[in-house]
Amino acid sequence: MSTSDQHPTDVATVDGGEVARRFENPGLPDHRHRLTDIDAKAAKRAERQVAALFGLSALGTILTLVAYFSVKFEGNLTMDQHLSRVELSNILLGTGLFLALFGLGAGAIHWAKTLMPDEERIELRHPMRSSDEDRADALAILAEGAAESGFGRRPLIRNTLIGALALIPLPAIAFLRDSGPMPGTDLATTPWKAGDRLVRDVGRGTPIKASDVQIGSVVHVMPDGLQAPGEKMEERAKAAVLLMRLDPADLDPASKGGAYDGIVAYSKICTHMGCPVGLYEQQTHHLLCPCHQSTFDVTKNCAVIFGPAKRPLPQLPITVDEEGYLIAKDGFKEPVGPSYWERG
Amino acid sequence: MTALAARRRHPMASAVLVLLSLVVTGLVYALAVPSRASAATTDDVAAGRQLFLANCATCHNLDAQGRGNAPSLIGVGAAAVDFQVGTGRMPLPASGPQAPATGRKFTQDEIKKMAAYIASLGPGPAVPSADAVDPAKGNPARGGELFRTNCAMCHNFAANGGALTRGKYAPNLNNTTPTQIYEAMETGPQSMPVFSDTNIDPESKRDIIAWVRTIKTAPSPGGFALGGIGPVSEGLVGWVVGLAALIGCAVWLGAKSS
Amino acid sequence: MSTTTSRAASGLGNFIDERVGAGKPVKYLARKLFPDHWSFMLGEVALYSFIILLLSGTFLTFFFVPSVGETTYNGAYTPLQGQRVSEAFASTVRMSFDVRGGLLMRQIHHWAALVFVAAIITHMFRVFFTGAFRKPRELNWVIGSLLAILALIEGFLGYSLPDDLLSGNGLRIAYAIVLAIPIVGSYVAFFLFGGQFPGEAFIPRIYTIHVLLLPAIFLALIGAHLLLVFLQKHTQYPGPGRTNKNVVGYPLFPVYTAKAGGFFFIVFGVIALMSAVLQINPVWAFNSYDPSPVSADAQPDWYMGFMDGAVRLMPGFFEFTLLGHTWSFNIVIPALIMPGILTVLLILYPWIEAKATGDKREHHLLDRPRNVPTRTGLGVMAITFYLLLLVSGGNDIFATHFDLSINDITNTLRVLVIVLPPLAFMVTKRICLGLQRKDREMVLHGRETGTIVRTETGEFFEVHQPLDPYARWRLVQHEEQAPMALPEVEDEHGVRRPGGFGARLGYRLSKFYFEDRVTPVSPAELEAAHHEHEHPAVEGHAAEPQAHAVTAGD
Repeated sequence: MSTSDQHPTDVATVDGGEVARRFENPGLPDHRHRLTDIDAKAAKRAERQVAALFGLSALGTILTLVAYFSVKFEGNLTMDQHLSRVELSNILLGTGLFLALFGLGAGAIHWAKTLMPDEERIELRHPMRSSDEDRADALAILAEGAAESGFGRRPLIRNTLIGALALIPLPAIAFLRDSGPMPGTDLATTPWKAGDRLVRDVGRGTPIKASDVQIGSVVHVMPDGLQAPGEKMEERAKAAVLLMRLDPADLDPASKGGAYDGIVAYSKICTHMGCPVGLYEQQTHHLLCPCHQSTFDVTKNCAVIFGPAKRPLPQLPITVDEEGYLIAKDGFKEPVGPSYWERG
Repeated sequence: MTALAARRRHPMASAVLVLLSLVVTGLVYALAVPSRASAATTDDVAAGRQLFLANCATCHNLDAQGRGNAPSLIGVGAAAVDFQVGTGRMPLPASGPQAPATGRKFTQDEIKKMAAYIASLGPGPAVPSADAVDPAKGNPARGGELFRTNCAMCHNFAANGGALTRGKYAPNLNNTTPTQIYEAMETGPQSMPVFSDTNIDPESKRDIIAWVRTIKTAPSPGGFALGGIGPVSEGLVGWVVGLAALIGCAVWLGAKSS
Repeated sequence: MSTTTSRAASGLGNFIDERVGAGKPVKYLARKLFPDHWSFMLGEVALYSFIILLLSGTFLTFFFVPSVGETTYNGAYTPLQGQRVSEAFASTVRMSFDVRGGLLMRQIHHWAALVFVAAIITHMFRVFFTGAFRKPRELNWVIGSLLAILALIEGFLGYSLPDDLLSGNGLRIAYAIVLAIPIVGSYVAFFLFGGQFPGEAFIPRIYTIHVLLLPAIFLALIGAHLLLVFLQKHTQYPGPGRTNKNVVGYPLFPVYTAKAGGFFFIVFGVIALMSAVLQINPVWAFNSYDPSPVSADAQPDWYMGFMDGAVRLMPGFFEFTLLGHTWSFNIVIPALIMPGILTVLLILYPWIEAKATGDKREHHLLDRPRNVPTRTGLGVMAITFYLLLLVSGGNDIFATHFDLSINDITNTLRVLVIVLPPLAFMVTKRICLGLQRKDREMVLHGRETGTIVRTETGEFFEVHQPLDPYARWRLVQHEEQAPMALPEVEDEHGVRRPGGFGARLGYRLSKFYFEDRVTPVSPAELEAAHHEHEHPAVEGHAAEPQAHAVTAGD
């Protein structure tokens, strides 16, 4: 059997039979009528569907309003009751709005798809480029205008104008100067100083007796006076400290200098990007930062053993006062937190 | 009053005073410290030892003094046994980065006996009383503050768990009982640090339990919580539900009507 | 329409026309044609999400207090009772729990933001893979790229406004990124934040930028974006009757008014439904920001995830001290240089490709992605890179949910992020070439019918149904792009020609793009294939004519 017999004509030929290099665009296929174009009943059905969708939308709007005015959060409610009301309100309002909006949208689209003309039309494009004539005219006008202004002929005007324009953004930059103070030593200092008591970083903030710190435990610490959240946030952001107690035998000599009987204190502010490094694994003695997974080894003076941080967490040297409470032996010896240019 | 004042300098006065203060201290201590759930009998200890020998001694050694990676259990207290065995972390099914909670393998009575045996080996934290872990008696707001400072970095803001290093993880607290939460803080199982009573006092522990209970039972007002693990699941849903649904609608919009 | 309404309408029309001369633009616009395709609606999803963001955002501003001033929470949510929180946070919780519809509006705003960025990116995929950015639409590609980048910034600022624990740690990371900039970092950080982190200035400042400055820039850019679409007319997919010189589609009025207008309500409806049943950003669970606590699963919203992921992958040794200063390349590379380079490449892409094609013509017909294998490969390569970074940004979630070690994930991704994208490029390119060959096969031999026929000589073959001209046109319409000829870099005296470098770069690019290619079937080839078909026994050798159509190196 021969298949070539079935389509001998649609291969484009040029110049008496020589076969062309490319096929020719066959043009738009014939328009196929939809069911709704030829069947009045189908059209009527589509019309009813569209109307039903619009009706659904109206119902949705009413549901939204009813939900808004009937589900209230007032009165003496327990928290769970209150939250359940909020949940119910949220579901009803959202679903109502969904019906109202989706019904409207789906109705309009269904209308367009089934009942509005679906025969594709053709519009011609024109190149974006203007005609040569227009371009020449435009250039001539610009040249004429430039000549009229004397911009080229009067260099004094031109040069002073350029100079003035170059200067004018400067106030915009200068005016931003007072948007913040100079860094000064703020990045390099923390509130910690020798003799500061270490207190627990929650609520009332109680001082910590060295004898109360068990091996394997961890205490989140602030200097006395900064324990309440909400106060002096800038100081808290630098002063947060993590206190851990290890078997003194596990600590390397570098950590021991600032340690007291196996109790060590390190800055909680990640040297990478400043997240609080609070995840202490008491068996491995690893500290993990939850933001970018920098891992510090407490037994190695908090050196980085994994992740994007470079520098160890700075150690806060500690000792005890005469009452047995932990105090800072000294402030931090280096800036805490993320790196910056002047850190050196 | 005068009689008392007159005997103030009596040679026995200081002795009486010391005795009195000891009694008061003891009473206060007995009242303040969570009482044992039930007093362990010597029978319990003996039965617990049998259970221990049959199920635990292979790793923890005959007298619970530990061997290799299995730690000594002397002084870990009844709370540690109740937590480890009660959550099914022990006996360890297979070695791995950490012991998973696989569900309880023993009856509560057997666990009690094993706990009694371990507790008899050395002093350690006891199983807390029902009162000490009663969420209704705690202050959830204060507990939340404590939780955020001490627990959220590992267990996540809504106690849904989080990753630690090298395959270890802090579990979610969805099905953790108040007693287990208390015991975990007291004993510091596996990677978890110890939060002894001197650091987080019993009242604060109860506040934390109250907070966990409150947020775990509170309705989720905005709809499905999507795991409560923050923006990752939200972003995923934004794509696979939100954008996918809208693309579906666009396909319907662009398709020719039949 | 009844006569009264039609009279009223014509009266109104007359009123407007006599004052603004509306007749002409209406005449032009109402019958303007738009081609119909689902992928052309992606940009509309973005546009409509933006409108939803404006509407819901305005509602939120009625209740939001942009201040970090301290207050005590005293509302319905007991776990926060009596807590010292910021005004911004307290007002966010208050509008969620005590304003009817407030939570819904917050969730609509947040879901719409996630969908907005997702729609922008998918829209860009469509534009990229179909070559819609080619001349004359390069400027609109640039505007679109700027909109995409602004959307990321706008989203990040919005995520930061409630001043909750999660977003506060995000801001702290942003502060660290600014600090890490060499030389000026600490100054810029102090000026932006009004001093040390967190300060009291930043939330009010970004509020103004979030609700005023950026939306205004968005509106201007979106206006320009749409204006250019109108001026240049929409591109269309190739097909019978569609040429580079026409637009085939439906008129703006009434069909597109109904479809596009209706689609706005669909987008709004879907986002409303999501917000009704899917909780997003439950700030009350995070509490107000405080620099000491942190939560596991600390993540940004998904669109910033790639940057966070890149930061997580960077080993720490990229930071060093030199000449008494700290060079934090472990931060600067992933957070500033990498996104910067990606942005520049993105914006310049139309010109890079134009250099390879050397093509100065206008293009209004879209490419089928398989017909431009190198571009498609590059796109998939970029997406692969992006996705790997995104996975890295959620590495802790992947660790807990798939029982993996976070260290293993990070180490694996450090390798994959370098190895996988080029691999994805090569595989995609091969797949595209394979699909093109399949197209050729289809044109030359028709569709398989599944009917097996036995010839008189006892041989079996399957009857193939030839394609009709309309179906065939889709597969043969594209132009073959061959690499350009090696430019002569020296003139006849052996002197280097000026501009030789540019020409050679173009040559190399062109070779990279078009060395491997499959030629569309020509009428002559089809004719030849038909002749072979006359002897059914040759069916098995039908692959022969394609062999010389595929160039070497393939």
